[in-house]
Amino acid sequence: MRAAALICGLGLLICSALLTSPAALLADADKSPAVAAEASPIILIQNATILTVSHGTLERGSILIKDGKIAEVGASVKAPKDAQVIDAGGQFVMPGIIDCHSHIAVDGSVNEGSISVSSIVNIADVLNPDDVDIYRDLAGGVTVANVLHGSANAIGGQTIVIKLRWGQPASKLPFEGALPGIKFALGENPKRSNFSRGTARYPATRMGVEETIRGAFTEARDYKASWELYNKRTNAGEKNLIPPRRDLRLEPLVEVLEGKRYVHSHCYREDEILMLLRVAKEFGFKVRTFQHVLEGYKVADEIAASGAGASTFSDWWAYKVEAYDAIPYNAALMTRRGVLVSVNSDDAEEATHLNQEAAKSMKFGGLSHDEALKMVTLNPAIQLGIDKRVGTIDTGKDADLVIYNHDPLSDYAVVQKTLIDGRVYFDRQRDIADRPVREKEKKALLEKQKKSEKKPEAGEAGKKPGEKKSEEKKPEEKPKPPQADAVLGGAR
Amino acid sequence: MKLPSLQRAFLYVCCLLLVLHIPKPASAQAPSTTYAITHAKIFTLSGAAIDDGTVVIQNGKIANVGAAVEVPAGAQVIDGKGLQVYPGLFDPVTQMGLREIGAVSATVDSAETGQFNPDVVAAEAVLPSSEHIPVTRASGITEALAVPASGGMDSGGATGILGGQASAIHMAGWTINDMLLKKSVAMVLNWPTIETRTFDFSTFSRKEKSYSDAKQEYEKQVTELTDWLERARHYAQALGHGGAGDFQRDVKLDALVPVTRGELPVLVFAEKARDIRGAVEFCEKQKLKMILGGGAEAYKVKDLLRSKGIPVILGPTLALPREEDDPYDRLLTQPGELAAAGVKIAFGSFDNSFARRLGQQAANAVAYGLPYDEALKAVTLYPAEILGLADQVGTLESGKIANVIVTNGDPLELTTEVRYLFTRGSSLRSTTNKKPCTRNI
Repeated sequence: MRAAALICGLGLLICSALLTSPAALLADADKSPAVAAEASPIILIQNATILTVSHGTLERGSILIKDGKIAEVGASVKAPKDAQVIDAGGQFVMPGIIDCHSHIAVDGSVNEGSISVSSIVNIADVLNPDDVDIYRDLAGGVTVANVLHGSANAIGGQTIVIKLRWGQPASKLPFEGALPGIKFALGENPKRSNFSRGTARYPATRMGVEETIRGAFTEARDYKASWELYNKRTNAGEKNLIPPRRDLRLEPLVEVLEGKRYVHSHCYREDEILMLLRVAKEFGFKVRTFQHVLEGYKVADEIAASGAGASTFSDWWAYKVEAYDAIPYNAALMTRRGVLVSVNSDDAEEATHLNQEAAKSMKFGGLSHDEALKMVTLNPAIQLGIDKRVGTIDTGKDADLVIYNHDPLSDYAVVQKTLIDGRVYFDRQRDIADRPVREKEKKALLEKQKKSEKKPEAGEAGKKPGEKKSEEKKPEEKPKPPQADAVLGGAR
Repeated sequence: MKLPSLQRAFLYVCCLLLVLHIPKPASAQAPSTTYAITHAKIFTLSGAAIDDGTVVIQNGKIANVGAAVEVPAGAQVIDGKGLQVYPGLFDPVTQMGLREIGAVSATVDSAETGQFNPDVVAAEAVLPSSEHIPVTRASGITEALAVPASGGMDSGGATGILGGQASAIHMAGWTINDMLLKKSVAMVLNWPTIETRTFDFSTFSRKEKSYSDAKQEYEKQVTELTDWLERARHYAQALGHGGAGDFQRDVKLDALVPVTRGELPVLVFAEKARDIRGAVEFCEKQKLKMILGGGAEAYKVKDLLRSKGIPVILGPTLALPREEDDPYDRLLTQPGELAAAGVKIAFGSFDNSFARRLGQQAANAVAYGLPYDEALKAVTLYPAEILGLADQVGTLESGKIANVIVTNGDPLELTTEVRYLFTRGSSLRSTTNKKPCTRNI
């Protein structure tokens, strides 16, 4: 009886271990490319200037899209008769923009800030497909976002890569097969420098941040060893062994040690960058990307040698002390020293013009047009381990594309269409044409509400229901100046 | 390891200079060098562009501009072939010199405590050695308006209703005396707003109140403001009668007198259409000279603004819409809509570290419908006109202060480099002091 219960329990454990591992989940999803194939028409984009990123620029070229993939790219592409034709004469096509640091599509706060190691929580659990910022970023040419936990903790929550499939349910947002990540954070935010309120929380210094990470990985290493021992003895035929107690906090860290989960670490100062590289070496894991990394230019050689990528801002600086020695040359200087660099947004608005932010590395540091484009396409794709699927315009890749009316590395370029998996998810002309319809719909709804409010409530509420409503329907409004996030630790 | 900070070294040198009481370097003083920028394409913004012309800079002023201008003897000649000359850009709402690092309160002098501080003046707190000044200047910005109490975290969320006087500064100088363009340019009025949903910075939490409570609070604030202006008028009358007996001078009322007379404009910050309407009505009634700042919903009241001749200093165009169901490009199309309706606009960064994006803000408005020439003027001539400084800066005309940029292209484009920059006739190598510094490079 007891043995049966134990076996049952074990079975459940193994089942749940499989189920709760996002890597396993995503691997499953990869096998059924339902989303990509779903009703995706054959499309021919023609007469466009095609910025392939991988093999230069094609003038007056065409792209054939089939089953959500790029079927052919070239000067003359033969399309089947039933292909939907997008004439992009005088326009520019580039790969969809990949934002390596985003907080869109998150329901509620991005920070589980109560504890210093919050690896137990997962952004994947709170994806909100109705967040209008998905659409706004799509309208800025973004097709993929690395949705991260906040930076309140030395070891933060688990993270997920999504495609901006606006209109699809949350289950269709994750990028199939993309390795999940975990957010780390160094410096002022995890040590709560700019937070006078609330109870004190360890760590309060950069010394403590280092020890928090070391402490957690020491536990994770032991935890991993205890499972390995248990599995070894079970496999050898030993019976009635009691398995180690599961620890949901340590499991993601074991995945990091096993290379199954990427570390994306928020950081600013060069000393803390070197610190994390030392800790990573000690425990034998890799840092996949340093995020923000505004002083990366000072330790570019060390970052390059470690194989880590750097994902930085174009020109944000000075909102806090650790962001004071920042220079807009950072992206270019790191690139020149052999670091794989991307430019990210960390902000739903900034994401709407990442093409422009990438262009700044041409002015500050003299990167070429192609090198600048890579900052928001191929490089973040490599950093997120999805470059076999996205990041360039090549046959066989996902048809994630943006069409601009102008060279995208300019502040005069406007996105005309954004495609994901060969489907047009954003179309500027359609958006503009739909505006009167939406306006009408809104008016009708407000009227309806006015009528329904008049009946039960007399007096004040009845006087100005319209205005009252408009105050109330902004739960998402962030009553903060742009730089508030920096200090809140929500982001920067 | 060698510490790679040129800028730190620069600071040490500065400290040393101060300690040793070494007189100011000559370059910080009024310049004596005469410059001639020759064979450049000149965008005077006061008339048509000159394809191949010369700009002469002498004694801090623009001495001459034209196609057939002689280079004075002894002038330092800058070959402008292939280059373009413009008036420097003017950022008309910043906290330049008032806020260094947002998160460090010791470096922030943006806003005073209390609701009514008409007597405080930005110029008294502008830090000439602020790192933001050279960094911003490197993007071609030669003048800025330092605006107290224009909001944000730094003031603990409290901006005050009468925030103080904004000062126009040149973007270079050893002391405020070198930098000052005009000390008192406008009175900051943060228009009270009916907010049912507010954010309490002291507890970092959202607060809710009913519409009637919010409206009551709004009306109370407007009454208080009215009361201040009434008192200033009576005070001015008393002053006119010599102020004998128990009459006492009052620094706050002193500061308000030119406002009540319509001599000092009020820079009214308001975003929503309802608030803008309220402010316009109030200023008309009180006979105040109004400039609108922010104006996220100015497009809804563009006819009102045009008919009253009220100019708008727009906040960032690169901003998300206020309402979830607004078009995604709501703030990008607004500048074009306002200009088409005949409203005079200027772009402001409303920031320090983002001030260098001023040209980018204007260019994005062009991408969404604003005529290019208007955009260029909206970061040069129009801010100068709106702030009453167009007799001194904003165009390339002889007699104006020589705040001039020489670029290799369109100054609003991201990739354009500013090759030469002059403030008050002094040539400053335009590179930022935040220039690259890595070891062994």
